[in-house]
Amino acid sequence: MFKNFLPNKILSLSNNLLNSLLVYLILAMFLGLIYSLYISPPDYIQGDSVRIMYVHVPSSFISLACFGIIGIASILNLVFKIKFIPLMSKSLAPVGCTFTLISIVTGSLWGKPTWGTWWAWDARLTSMVILLLFYFGYIFVWKFVSSFNKANKISSIIAIIGLLNLPVIKYSVDWWSTLHQPSSITLTSAPTIHYSMLIPLVIMLIGMIIYLLIIFLMKYKTETIKFKIKNKK
Amino acid sequence: MLGKKAKKRAIFLALLLLLFVVTIFLIFKSLEENIVYFFTPSEIYNKQNISFNKTIRVGGLVKDNSIIKEQNSVKFIITDFKKEIIVSYSGLIPNLFSEGKGVIAEGKLKDKKYFVAEKILAKHDENYMPPEVTKALEKTNN
Repeated sequence: MFKNFLPNKILSLSNNLLNSLLVYLILAMFLGLIYSLYISPPDYIQGDSVRIMYVHVPSSFISLACFGIIGIASILNLVFKIKFIPLMSKSLAPVGCTFTLISIVTGSLWGKPTWGTWWAWDARLTSMVILLLFYFGYIFVWKFVSSFNKANKISSIIAIIGLLNLPVIKYSVDWWSTLHQPSSITLTSAPTIHYSMLIPLVIMLIGMIIYLLIIFLMKYKTETIKFKIKNKK
Repeated sequence: MLGKKAKKRAIFLALLLLLFVVTIFLIFKSLEENIVYFFTPSEIYNKQNISFNKTIRVGGLVKDNSIIKEQNSVKFIITDFKKEIIVSYSGLIPNLFSEGKGVIAEGKLKDKKYFVAEKILAKHDENYMPPEVTKALEKTNN
């Protein structure tokens, strides 16, 4: 399976795969948005402002998962030095960063009508800003360090250190008193979201993952071509 | 599986990570006071070095039947079911502020039982459900 990610294969796979993914994306987002905005019920406390959750929660989840993947890939990269790994991480970072921004902005929009404030420096929100800064750092190193190997090393270290922030983000609402509420979906207990709201949440998550794949594949293709051109010289 | 060089790099990385985890743990420990966004009424009650001039936050649930609306202000009680604190506040109240629900008050302590809030934030829990479900739940509970 991993052979499919080798640069040569990716260039040939891309076009057909991207077209199918685009169709799935449109289907998923169409279904997800109709369900989120119209079919699903308002919340018993928050009313219709709960509908921001259907964008906020999946994008938060994806932003963390992306960084986790980049972090683990960076560890493998430093230990095993497999060439295509840095190209993958480099291609995943911008879209992961975008989802982090979406999470923070939609969270803020959700906070005003519910909590009564656009922002609060509690542990959950602060650690998400720190995640955003790690994403920025990672992307900037690739952008501004001209040597591929140097950029690879420095960005990998940044990603690995940033990995430590991920459990902090996840457990911030359990470890400390925060304004942000605890998790509704956990591995250890039943979800505290009614199924009529859980369904659109999952559909939106799937749609956003498909979007992530499309952007990632497009960038990975570009990075592979750039790398090949640079190293043919 | 791991060659000699790869093994060396792996060990170096592991040690570096360990060092970072310990450092960050120590930083968090020392920042404990600032990382918690609010104190519970019990924490206020038990606190030794409380300052009555510093702006702090108290959080908990609004005690049932404790909201008293006066002309320009409102009085209510924040409870964590072990200790309570009386809060007085004049200003805008967020939509979700209600009895039995979470609240965070930011302001200054007058004494260990009385808090003057400058800002009120409503805190909601992790439960999401349609209104019909709550009505059904209330029926079965009554």
